[in-house]
Amino acid sequence: MNKQSSIYTIVYIVVLAGVVGAVLAMTSMGLRSRQQANIDADKMRQILSAIRIVPENGMIAQDFDKYVTRQIVVNEKGDSIGNDAFGIDMATESKVAAAERRLPLYVCDVDGARKYVVPVYGAGLWGPIWGYVALDSDGSTIYGAYFAHEGETPGLGAEIEKPAFSDQFRGKELWKHGEFYPVNVLKKGTKPTAGEDYVDAVSGGTITSKGVAAMLDSGLTPYKAYLQSLTAK
Amino acid sequence: MADKVNNRSVFFNPFAKDNPVVVQVLGICSVLAVTAKLEPAMVMGLSVTVVLAFSNVIISLIRKTIPVNIRIIVQLVVVAGLVVIVNETLKAFAYDVSKQLSVFIGLIITNCILMGRLEAFAMANKPWPSFLDGVGNGIGYTIVLAITGFVRELLGSGTLWGFQVVPQSWYDAGYVNNGLMILPPMALIVVACIIWAQRHFNPDMQEK
Repeated sequence: MNKQSSIYTIVYIVVLAGVVGAVLAMTSMGLRSRQQANIDADKMRQILSAIRIVPENGMIAQDFDKYVTRQIVVNEKGDSIGNDAFGIDMATESKVAAAERRLPLYVCDVDGARKYVVPVYGAGLWGPIWGYVALDSDGSTIYGAYFAHEGETPGLGAEIEKPAFSDQFRGKELWKHGEFYPVNVLKKGTKPTAGEDYVDAVSGGTITSKGVAAMLDSGLTPYKAYLQSLTAK
Repeated sequence: MADKVNNRSVFFNPFAKDNPVVVQVLGICSVLAVTAKLEPAMVMGLSVTVVLAFSNVIISLIRKTIPVNIRIIVQLVVVAGLVVIVNETLKAFAYDVSKQLSVFIGLIITNCILMGRLEAFAMANKPWPSFLDGVGNGIGYTIVLAITGFVRELLGSGTLWGFQVVPQSWYDAGYVNNGLMILPPMALIVVACIIWAQRHFNPDMQEK
């Protein structure tokens, strides 16, 4: 058989692609449930981390059920439109216009105090960044925050996932003088123009820090109406 | 040719004398990217070793059937398939590490060591020597990654494998982590120092 003929070459590559494709499909199917379990557990851990709970190994799902008492989905007007907050993919949801966006919200009970966890999603320097912001029952004071990223520069932008950065958010207020200002992220030494609360940016991670500020702005603002109803109570 | 290959030297040469990174200067790109911390560097080394060993064996098994004009494509398909399998396996069994390595596992496909070994060795040798060659080169690569990761994490973050090793009292006394170490250029300088040391102790390797 002539191994250099066009027919042989075409048949060879088609067969090879078929075999490799089949092997990959099998691997993907075989591992999917395990991967999904890991992804879900990781998401639960991140939400718990915003309300300052660090679950022990293997206790993530139990702790999540224990602290997260209710999940709700609201719209921009503040009306409840569902209850499967966990199933909402923030990556796709953040592309929808704010007026039509489904806004997931986790209602948590930490030692008798009610907390609201709001997921946020945005862009850093190299890829997506996301986080969870836990609010006190007044709908304004930040109780805790958690941030994560996909591929920011280690030692620079990647520092946003460290507690040194996220702990700065504790105690900051979203409502100032009756106006809604998502917390700003500013270079050390600079002051915000509108008098809103702010935290220090990561040094050497300017674009990632700006991404966090933009993410908080676009991610928290749609919740304004709902949070206002909490503040009014 | 295949019979004359000495399995011993095939396996051990890449550790130092014929190291893919510091002698052949292949795979430098990933050395820059993943060596800021020791743990991802080691997992990356292990992943490359696995992909290299198995792609070497597979290509060696089918080497006589591959049409010459599409051999690079065939090699790429095999490597890409294995890389996806490794990535999926890490996601299922070592989720935290796979999150840290993120895109770099996928980029194993473009690691020059792989194509280099497939073209230079697996295409011309039997499966068993090819397997040894893959494992040997993978370990040689991992050694360089480990040394670079060790130096960069220790000096750049004061930790090793994520554990604090530089005591707090040093920081109180004014010691500061070398921020430059976490930036990619320092990986090149560390690798250059390894090359320098290796040539210094092996005068026969010095180019005239």
